[in-house]
Amino acid sequence: MIAPPKPDLVTVNIDGKDIAVPKGTNVIEAARQLGIEIPHYCYHPKLTVAGNCRMCLIEMGMPAMDPATKAPIVDAATGKQKINWIPRPQIGCATNASPGLHVKTNSPMAREAREGVTEFLLINHPLDCPICDQAGECKLQEHSTAYGRGYSRFVEQKNVKPKRTQLGPRVTLDDERCILCSRCVRFSKEVAKDDVLGFVDRGSYSTLTCYPGKQLANNYSLNTVDICPVGALTSTDFRFKMRVWFLKQTPSIDTESSVGANTEVWSREGVIYRVTPRQNDGVNDTWMADSGRMLYKQVKADNRLLEYSVDRTAALPAVALAKAGDLLNAGSVAIVGSGRSSVEEQFLTRKLADALKVSAVLVSRVGAGDKILVSADRNPNVRGALVTGLIAALPAQQLTSLAADIDAGKVKTVLSVGEDLTAAGLTAAQLAKVSVVYLGTHKNATSDAAKVVIPALTVFEKSGTLVNQQFRLQKFAKAVPGPAGVADDLVTLATLVGAVTRSTVASDLGSLWAVIAAEVKPLATATYANLPATGLLLDATPWAALPFCEGETLHFKPAAAAATA
Amino acid sequence: MPAPAQRRLIFAHIDEPGYTNDLACYLKHGGYEVMKKAFTRPPAELMDEVKKSGLRGRGGAGFPCGVKWSLVDRKSGKPIYLIVNADESEPGTFKDRYIMHQDPHQLIEGTMISCFANNVKQAYIYIRGEMPHGARILEKAIAEARAANLVGPNILGSNYSCEIYVHRGAGAYICGEETGLIESLEGKRANPRIKPPYFPAVLGLYQCPTIVNNVETLCHVKHIVDMGGEAYTKIGTPNNTGTRIFCVSGHVQKPGYYEFEAGKITMGQLLNDVCGGPLPGRTFKAVIPGGSSAKIMRFGERYKGKRKVGADLVDYDWGVEDVPMDFDSLAMIGTMGGSGGVIVMDDSVNMVEALANINAFYSHESCGQCTPCREGSLWMKKITTRMVHGEAREQDAALLKGVADQIPGRTICAFGEACSWPTQSFIAKFGDEFKNYHQDKKAAKPADALPLI
Repeated sequence: MIAPPKPDLVTVNIDGKDIAVPKGTNVIEAARQLGIEIPHYCYHPKLTVAGNCRMCLIEMGMPAMDPATKAPIVDAATGKQKINWIPRPQIGCATNASPGLHVKTNSPMAREAREGVTEFLLINHPLDCPICDQAGECKLQEHSTAYGRGYSRFVEQKNVKPKRTQLGPRVTLDDERCILCSRCVRFSKEVAKDDVLGFVDRGSYSTLTCYPGKQLANNYSLNTVDICPVGALTSTDFRFKMRVWFLKQTPSIDTESSVGANTEVWSREGVIYRVTPRQNDGVNDTWMADSGRMLYKQVKADNRLLEYSVDRTAALPAVALAKAGDLLNAGSVAIVGSGRSSVEEQFLTRKLADALKVSAVLVSRVGAGDKILVSADRNPNVRGALVTGLIAALPAQQLTSLAADIDAGKVKTVLSVGEDLTAAGLTAAQLAKVSVVYLGTHKNATSDAAKVVIPALTVFEKSGTLVNQQFRLQKFAKAVPGPAGVADDLVTLATLVGAVTRSTVASDLGSLWAVIAAEVKPLATATYANLPATGLLLDATPWAALPFCEGETLHFKPAAAAATA
Repeated sequence: MPAPAQRRLIFAHIDEPGYTNDLACYLKHGGYEVMKKAFTRPPAELMDEVKKSGLRGRGGAGFPCGVKWSLVDRKSGKPIYLIVNADESEPGTFKDRYIMHQDPHQLIEGTMISCFANNVKQAYIYIRGEMPHGARILEKAIAEARAANLVGPNILGSNYSCEIYVHRGAGAYICGEETGLIESLEGKRANPRIKPPYFPAVLGLYQCPTIVNNVETLCHVKHIVDMGGEAYTKIGTPNNTGTRIFCVSGHVQKPGYYEFEAGKITMGQLLNDVCGGPLPGRTFKAVIPGGSSAKIMRFGERYKGKRKVGADLVDYDWGVEDVPMDFDSLAMIGTMGGSGGVIVMDDSVNMVEALANINAFYSHESCGQCTPCREGSLWMKKITTRMVHGEAREQDAALLKGVADQIPGRTICAFGEACSWPTQSFIAKFGDEFKNYHQDKKAAKPADALPLI
């Protein structure tokens, strides 16, 4: 007996198992909840349904009812309500759950239909898996193995199509591999709002292309590569670089803006090969911006800071850190923290500021938001600085009061955590007046002028957490080791705090979080270890009145706009 | 039994000497009188007449027109559109073209009556791209009708306004599939839509409820409203009411278009008595009864079974010549009345080569949206082309059937059926010819054999 479902739920029967799903759930998703895979190519949960690949064909039926009395017709043999099976297979992606819907995903009819579709998809497919980047993560490869017949009846000439079309600056198309599922077309139109892709020619000769005179150049073009179920759309950057099965996946966060898109970093033997989005339905769905994917290039950049130095001369780490400690202990210190540091680093920066009895400042970094997944605030963690108490008000773009203090001779030492002070408005003359201690990843005018340079790690080389524009605490993990000899940023900061407070300060994430949870009220219940993969929403009310610069993006409405809407 | 006389309802004035396609001539023959009378009646009454008439769509599927109208969503508050499907492209069919060329006002009158009955304010005639002449004639005819206040705002003081626009098609067979047509009319590629949810009656043109009717169907509406639905059912046979136009092409003495009461004439009467029989010295071999996608019939085969006559079930045992030309009888024997395009082949035709021609057409016309039809139609074409031009193999017949069986019922639109039925039926009826083709191919061709395409 089927239990009466909750009001908004409908009970469907898939392969003999009942499941209650919300109204409007399609059969593919309902089956997924039962652990049953209905293979598909064109269907994507975040795009409109096209129903063109025909891979998700299933057998479907509805409980039989007497047309006149609407009374259920009971099968005498089984004592159960008879099911009227539709004689033709139906597509699962466009079939929504309705009360009493019965589905067979593995009946002879469904199997035969899948085998047919698989054979059809393969006859004009080049079968160049040995040289295809998609091999190993290719739906066509997987489904052909799982649902194909395993032999070919095709003896004709295959269709010939362009093999390396540059659709845009970052995407290369191999048209022969394309199965015309139209995911990329729908993505460009519906998510990227840049309707540049389409098909030309007819039938099996249909070819994916850009509209004449246009390019797939938008900042989301690489998502088409991710959602391409085959190896047709390839990333020009990643193409032919590495087999995907050799790559290690590490969850990370896109640090290009306060959206904090969830990412996956793919690396092998300490080298990052690509960055792809990681699904988080509350933040970025399954998308991310191209600009965020290119950030891994900074790891091996030529201007990377690789050695500790004092007075522009290479020094041992201990010597450089001791010199920095001396400068801090000499007093008249100003601290420039960073909205790009992790929550943990910001916490330690605050500890340092507290110990020195100064207040830290941050540099704001504002650009134009694209209303999708790049917000106006290009610092990924300004809210982290608010939460940890490093700052109380929103940062400015220029360090005008610091400049005035330097001019007035009130400041002798400036500690900069990764911020280029000249870019923030300090002149070379002002920098020359003070001793700069610079913790940073890359060379810039500030590191050139610094008294002490302490190399730091990129987001890919360390673990930590960030607070995005939704006040969602999200963690990132270390994907690759940092440059040889460079200490973790937390160790560096803890050493500096220790030098000032003359004590030992925890620098590993586990013990540090115990301190953070004890001292930072909004994070009282959190630890790095128990943070969910999709992040933890913090209570934002203490900062609700602050005029944040972000506009609307995917899954985010600014508080002010929400109030007026 | 001699063939019955033609009953020219739709084609009453086609090829009539002195009959021109201008408004004056149409008015002289009593034109627009039915519309004027119809506009004085409540629309629901007109819809009822059409429902009573049992009129079945003449585009190919034979769906009852009255039922189609009753499915239209009238509660949404959205405008209702009517589209005249004039994208006549089924090979072997050439009836709508003659209506538009020679009697365009009949179509306009039928369309206006249908629009009035369904409270449609805007109608489109989607005419096949390859018929520019027809489009010009229709444009001129609509302009004439508009000038005479028969189309446009406040028609003849009735307070009813309706516009008709001619839209030239995009030059593809698939543009005639109703949802593909709607996409094309919206300015996109004619990729048919998935149903559900995009049933034209609910989410059609611009996501509004839409009626798509064939040219001939709408002309029938005029006659139904004129004579009354009840009287119309007296024409033809029950459930196959009205007249049907047969476009006979191929190997007969007198190919052409003939209009008969549905079901009152058999295939044999049509081909032998009306069309003058086979060409001298030849015999009939096969006939496709309803446009190239209909399943082929082989002369000499017998169809046996039981059929309903009134309330009784009676046995039938028909040869090809005995089959009555109506939707139900043709469906009963496993083919279809379709669009009325009767394609006749005599003993000079090699069936492999005929199928190669049909397959070439369907593979060229597949839109390419969904997998089975896109890949299957081209694969079948490649096989038959290879058989005809190169290396035929004994196993090709089985392979062709295997490919064709993977297409119908699994595609977005009915093109899947249209492209696979010829192959399925050719193999079923002429399997030997396909199996032996690799041998026959080696034999010398007769001197008068036509070159292959």
